Amino acid sequence: MATQTTTSSADAFYKQLGRMYGTYTGGFLAFIVFLALLEQVGVPNKVLGYFFVFFTLAVYAIIGVATRTAQISEYYVAGRRVPAFYNGMATGADWMSAASFVGMAGTLFLLGYDGLAWVLGWTGGFVLVSILVGPYLRKFGAYTVPDFLSFRFGGNTARFLGVIVLVCCSFTYVTAQIYGTGLIASRFLGMQFEIAVFAGLVGILLCAMLGGMRAVTWTQIAQYIVLIVAYLVPIVILSTKWYGIPIPELTYGKALSEIAARESQLIKDGLAILCTKDACPPGTLRPHIQPFMNYTPLNFFGIIFCMMVGTASLPHILMRYFTTPSVKEARDSVAWSLLFIFLLYFSAPAYAAFSKLEVYTNIIGRDLNMIRPWLFQWGELGLIQICGKNAANLQAVLEACKAIPNHPGVLRFQDFVINTDVIVLSTPEIAGLPYVISGLVAAGGLAAALSTADGLLLAIANALSHDVYYKMLDPNAPTIRRLTVARVLLFFVACASAALAATKPADILAMVGWAFSLAMAGNFPAIVLGIWWKRATTTGAICGIIAGWTICLFYLVTSRYFPQAGVTYFGMSSLLNPETGKALVNVAQVLADPKWLADVPASATNPLANRVGWFDLNNINCGLLGMPLGFLVIYVVSLLGKEPSREMQAYIDEIRKPRGRTILEEKT
Amino acid sequence: MLTHLGIWFFFGYVIHMFVVPLNKIVIPILGFPLGFYMAAQGSLIVFVVMLFVFARQQNRIDREHGYAEED
Repeated sequence: MATQTTTSSADAFYKQLGRMYGTYTGGFLAFIVFLALLEQVGVPNKVLGYFFVFFTLAVYAIIGVATRTAQISEYYVAGRRVPAFYNGMATGADWMSAASFVGMAGTLFLLGYDGLAWVLGWTGGFVLVSILVGPYLRKFGAYTVPDFLSFRFGGNTARFLGVIVLVCCSFTYVTAQIYGTGLIASRFLGMQFEIAVFAGLVGILLCAMLGGMRAVTWTQIAQYIVLIVAYLVPIVILSTKWYGIPIPELTYGKALSEIAARESQLIKDGLAILCTKDACPPGTLRPHIQPFMNYTPLNFFGIIFCMMVGTASLPHILMRYFTTPSVKEARDSVAWSLLFIFLLYFSAPAYAAFSKLEVYTNIIGRDLNMIRPWLFQWGELGLIQICGKNAANLQAVLEACKAIPNHPGVLRFQDFVINTDVIVLSTPEIAGLPYVISGLVAAGGLAAALSTADGLLLAIANALSHDVYYKMLDPNAPTIRRLTVARVLLFFVACASAALAATKPADILAMVGWAFSLAMAGNFPAIVLGIWWKRATTTGAICGIIAGWTICLFYLVTSRYFPQAGVTYFGMSSLLNPETGKALVNVAQVLADPKWLADVPASATNPLANRVGWFDLNNINCGLLGMPLGFLVIYVVSLLGKEPSREMQAYIDEIRKPRGRTILEEKT
Repeated sequence: MLTHLGIWFFFGYVIHMFVVPLNKIVIPILGFPLGFYMAAQGSLIVFVVMLFVFARQQNRIDREHGYAEED
């Protein structure tokens, strides 16, 4: 009787979802209009910024608290009752992080065509999820990805390796998100960056700590709505402003040709230098639509491939498909996820095109004395540089430019260096839109970073509490203690990554790229062969995970933090400039300089950091070394060993059929 | 399934190897160079449509072979 009541009240809850989120969206739009009115009456910008940030945070926290839970299956997989459509939306928010929202359009802005590698990689990956991985893991019925590895490859060694890979890539990823929240908070709330990082942390913990998967799911849906509205509004306005049609995805083709025209005009006026086959130093102009000027074809396709395969191996994404009611729903849910993600991704190039057009119109070619003051707020954070110095105020800019011989007194293309992570956040200001739009974009960026960070922290905490504590250390631990352990661990992991983020290790996109490569090298071969090849053995999988993941991590750490050792001991050489084919740095010259030689671990300003490697392979693509090695090792070692037991082979057949019970039944 | 992986490979990689010649073609009215358009929107649309089709086909195959979940 009791169960029946809960089921019927739950049914009513799911029926109301549409109305609830509909009301919520309407409320959010009304809130924006209200703030726009406030701005018209003259409420100061800073207050508007506070309104946006705190109001949205409060909403997420309320949802988080209202849907908190202490039931095990609710905590880990939201009771496996989330409908495909809503799970798709939650996955969309889980997936689209600060990298997609803040980083991607900025990268497209700087790299032009080459930036599309990220767009392609991050959408195509879902095809792999649906065809090769997701539905089968759902049928298997695990709580976490290491759960699957442990069952398929008998025992705790595989489980433990799975946990290490998971923690390592999720940790890199979450650091990027906290960095993103810190960036937004420091700019829009006027805090110091290092303090803002920890303020962002509080917001993240508030949602993820209390309610586990269930709370995170319902907050993520709310966050998706905020972030997609925030992303589309500015470009819809810009599209209408330039071409009178409010569909930016259609009109930016014209913007592209306009950009090309401005580019040649700038070169003719001597305000920019074109990157050519003979000389292509940093600061030269690379035409927006021309391919392979920033990445070599190898790295371009490498990024596409790594991001796609990484998508299919990231534990916090795969985990979302454990929450659907059935295998069929899991499959449908992948399709919905991609649709919701697609809405943002096919707008990102439009965002980049419109902000480039605005930069060419409003910033480049402007008299130095006429620079708009919003720019200095980013300059203070070191994110916009003019004439080689942080553009902290007008005085600094004038002095820096005066130091350059023959400076014409107007801003040239090569004088203006903007951090990729600033483009999206500052586009409303570049275009001179009302401040309320800037606030909206900040709230959207915050939603994107928070939602992903929630998902990631949850994945880490689940792995530590469920896999390490419950399955490996104390199988008799009572429910309450398992959840308490999860929450305490969550707190420490989050603090550690905030501490790392405060040191600004790299830009958001690069950090996220590393996470993908690590996940791909460690997880993909073992998961795919585990599902599709009955002959894969325990020893094979363990060796494969270790080999693939180690080589990837080694390549990454060496080329980023120990490039000197990489060059001296491991035969790495400078990466090549994609346009001229010449070395990016003169390695011998840098090594001769005692200042850089002693710079261990290498700081971000070290000319060798991220610029050395094997086969001219960017370290974002380290998965390209790790994954094939992983497959090869699993294949060879498996064939050398004995066939897996008949029982296990029968289980694998079972995973492929949607009908029937899940393989792994958890007691709650 | 292999067909789907084939389509995925074609639109994920092969078509972008020909971006330079494709960029010479400009889509009328909209003004996009075709190579750029394929990477920015074309392939993405293909992926989305493909996933919905795949989910439907696979669910049908499961039903026909009696492996679909009972509900």
